[in-house]
Amino acid sequence: MVPESWCVRRLWWETDDTFTFELTPENGRTKFHFLPGQFNMLYVFGVGEVPISVSGDPAKAERLMHTVRAVGPVTRAMGSLKRGTQLGVRGPFGTCWPMEQAVGKDILILAGGIGLAPLRPVVYEVLAKRQIFGRVYLLYGARTPDDILYTQELPELMKEAKLQALVTVDRAGRDWTGNVGVVTTLIAKAQFDPGNSLAMVCGPEVMMRFTLRELQKRGMRTDSVYISMERNMKCAVGFCGHCQFGSTFICKDGPVFRYDQIQHLLAIREV
Amino acid sequence: METLQGILADHPFARGLKDGHLALLVGCASNIRFEADQVVFREGEEANQFYLIREGKMAIELFAAERGSINILTLTEGEVLGWSWLVPPYRWRFDARAIQSTRAIALDGKCLREKCERDHDLGYELLKRVVPTMEERLQATRLQLLNVYEVHT
Repeated sequence: MVPESWCVRRLWWETDDTFTFELTPENGRTKFHFLPGQFNMLYVFGVGEVPISVSGDPAKAERLMHTVRAVGPVTRAMGSLKRGTQLGVRGPFGTCWPMEQAVGKDILILAGGIGLAPLRPVVYEVLAKRQIFGRVYLLYGARTPDDILYTQELPELMKEAKLQALVTVDRAGRDWTGNVGVVTTLIAKAQFDPGNSLAMVCGPEVMMRFTLRELQKRGMRTDSVYISMERNMKCAVGFCGHCQFGSTFICKDGPVFRYDQIQHLLAIREV
Repeated sequence: METLQGILADHPFARGLKDGHLALLVGCASNIRFEADQVVFREGEEANQFYLIREGKMAIELFAAERGSINILTLTEGEVLGWSWLVPPYRWRFDARAIQSTRAIALDGKCLREKCERDHDLGYELLKRVVPTMEERLQATRLQLLNVYEVHT
């Protein structure tokens, strides 16, 4: 429950309102082990603490990275941290994406907006062990071309052709020659075996709902789809109840859930 | 060399059509090619054709003063461009432009409307194919309208 002190090594802006930063430990610790999908509680001293998914490479445990959307006082304060500033880190917390269950299957990584950040560790892990998975698709939607994350990395991944990355935006001007349309329209363009596939979905809840509907139309079973949920979190260890979602706690029973196990709660308007 | 009938039969839009109906469609079909950036049609023009995209990419656009042309949907191979030929007053509601060099099958909507009046089964088969596309795009548009990536507090 006590934050460890880490230091900002570098920070860069991915878009107008989203940044990534890399942290180094201050306490003699040299590595930070986490599983794809897990999150940390990051504490800006004197401002507050927020849950942020780890967005770096699980195999590069000496570098701790997070991608943050600056939407509130704590995340905005984080965005103006300078190199060398201290930050408190608690974690990692929560459940992870089902990488073991994905072995031998086609994989669909479906992300909307900042939802790509918790899925980026999955991409790294898939690329590192590419031969043990079937066809791999990254289907990513953003609001406009200026809101696309990781614009340096994505073209490199597509060039390497180890996975098929399809990107779309909700709206664009005339100079955009990529896809325009919501991320669900990309599902029809992916060639996968619905009987032997696993989907990992993260984004705004309504986007995930529409996505799940499309995946089911393509024949995917609800026990082959995993989603990452988000709620306000305070303790991250299942004590405070802030993130309670029906009978589950997002912080310790999630944030990654198998869809068939959470489906009944998503249908309830006020949970 | 592939015949137009063969090319049409291969397109997802025409899959499952009985031979007789496919032949009726072929009678109203032609191959067409658009160069990159070529305008396919403009809002307000007569909608007498629709297009089954074989290869390439098209944009459906809306022109708004002070904002210029806004790309609201892109379509690629296997998809259908246009249903205004089916709905009075048979005028395009949007602009369409080829984003890259695109090959398509152009279907004469006026010709098909006349054939559908004479053969209602053909009409039903075409509606069975067009309506699900309309439904999918309506759902997608609703999701687009929600502006889900905006921060909501």
